[in-house]
Amino acid sequence: MNKQKKTIDVDYIAGLAKLEIDESKKSRFQEEMQNIVDYVDLLSELNVENIIPTAHAAQMKNVWREDVSENDFSREVMLKNAPELFDEGTIKVPQVLPGEGTA
Amino acid sequence: MKYDVVIGLEVHVQIKTESKMFCSCPNRYGEEPNTLTCPVCMGYPGAMPVPNRKAIEKAVIAGLMCGCSISEYSKFDRKSYFYPDMAKNYQISQYDLPFCLEGNIKVEGKGFSGKKIQIKNIGITRIHLEEDAAKSNHYAACSGVDYNKAGIPLLEIVSEPDIASADEAYAYLTNLKEIMQYGNISSCDMEKGQMRCDVNISLKPKGRKEFGTKIELKNMNSFRAVHRAVEYEIDRQAEALDEGVTLRQETRGWNDERGETYLMRSKESAHDYRYFPEPDLMPVVFTKNDIDNFKADIPELPKAKRERFISQFNVTEYDAKVLTAEKAVADYFEKGAEHTKSPKLLANWMITDLLKEISDSGLNINEIRVTPENLAEMIEMINKKTISGKIGKTVLSEMFKTGNKPSVIVKEKGLIQDTDESSIEKYVDKAIEDNPSQAEQYRSGKKNVLQYFVGQVMKQSRGKANPQIAIKLLKEKLG
Repeated sequence: MNKQKKTIDVDYIAGLAKLEIDESKKSRFQEEMQNIVDYVDLLSELNVENIIPTAHAAQMKNVWREDVSENDFSREVMLKNAPELFDEGTIKVPQVLPGEGTA
Repeated sequence: MKYDVVIGLEVHVQIKTESKMFCSCPNRYGEEPNTLTCPVCMGYPGAMPVPNRKAIEKAVIAGLMCGCSISEYSKFDRKSYFYPDMAKNYQISQYDLPFCLEGNIKVEGKGFSGKKIQIKNIGITRIHLEEDAAKSNHYAACSGVDYNKAGIPLLEIVSEPDIASADEAYAYLTNLKEIMQYGNISSCDMEKGQMRCDVNISLKPKGRKEFGTKIELKNMNSFRAVHRAVEYEIDRQAEALDEGVTLRQETRGWNDERGETYLMRSKESAHDYRYFPEPDLMPVVFTKNDIDNFKADIPELPKAKRERFISQFNVTEYDAKVLTAEKAVADYFEKGAEHTKSPKLLANWMITDLLKEISDSGLNINEIRVTPENLAEMIEMINKKTISGKIGKTVLSEMFKTGNKPSVIVKEKGLIQDTDESSIEKYVDKAIEDNPSQAEQYRSGKKNVLQYFVGQVMKQSRGKANPQIAIKLLKEKLG
């Protein structure tokens, strides 16, 4: 078994998740995440040769629905958690790309 | 040029369905912002996606029409990224087991620039199914997000880097669009975002094996813009390489007004999407039999239709090409052809007159008031010489305005062609009497003056005289 240890880079993970992490907490996160990865890594000790990978415990397939539309949720309800709106129905978010004009 | 051009296209096509990919919200364009939403497509915690069977079927049919092989085992995966247009912070997509693999689209014929394209098969690497993201608009101080588009079933069609010119890119896109429309997969209206295209383009010294630095082009909202952007980028990169500049991998936007590309962002960090299997969705498994059944559902491809039109209806290759460029036009023609004995004449009228009326009006063929049956009826009237071709033009524009049957219009306006020799004779006599010098010219051998007399007869009869009879009588009388 390949026992090369995977190390966690907290800054990189935080960057991907767009999170700013307090310098003082980094070592704690490092330790916690490393524990999780090491724990899951135990699986690599198993011999999985000839076993087809699966993402599910339940052996189901082709679970789908027919193409019928309905609209059960009002905009008011759906936008209740929106941080801020403009023009009554558009969600206002921090600027992502440069643009012109006012919202 | 001393460089080889290497282009790969990534095309996104919205699938035409009633409902979205993983929820029952309507798949519609142009509604008030955020009115077509629910906890699933807005990414509320705990909301569970359920795939749309129709969308999966259309993805498979699209693949078959592009010559792909269909995977017997496919699954969905999560693609993680953080952006306000994707509320869950991941997009449900397909990673290693997409529905369709390894197809191709043939390009040939006259290119958009007018130059000939050598016959070539452009490979398709894969076609996978995913959910569309929300629409974001950007302003000076903030961005705005509308989730109506989030969750619309979306095909991503990835080509091999087989494309070597702007003309080939244009032809590939045109053929792909034709297939998607013929297969009823998508309406492909680029203005509505139903078809979008990203271009990967690089140059390398002629004959060299390794690819050069890849530049991604975005923001082109028409095939013409793709063509222009590719031409621009080939020149820009060639110039840079000539000067010994090292190109950086970057994403560039296309400014259509200025006719140039501009730097959007350089790829400072590689994307790390952390794909993993979507635990909320079960795999999709097709048997060989299922796939054979899908094959039976494939509609006739444009090329086959063109060939059939030529042999079945005796139209020219040019006619067939124009008539099949859009499926709706081809369907219209076939419907009309059932009601006339002269499909070739119908084709002529559609190409020279009907399509012109349509483009002048800004409508599409499904919206016009002239039914194929009525147009065919008019063709029959011309065939039976009830009306002349000239009157036909008047009748057609009247049909276009009112939607009335040609027989009704002809009756109301008194446009029936005059085939009565004695009444035409009066016009002929009058024309000769009024134009003695022209008559003299004819008699002295200037036979083409005859056309002038035909014109006079038509003028006097207000277009109703049968031209063949008029010519016959004129020849007799002028000696």
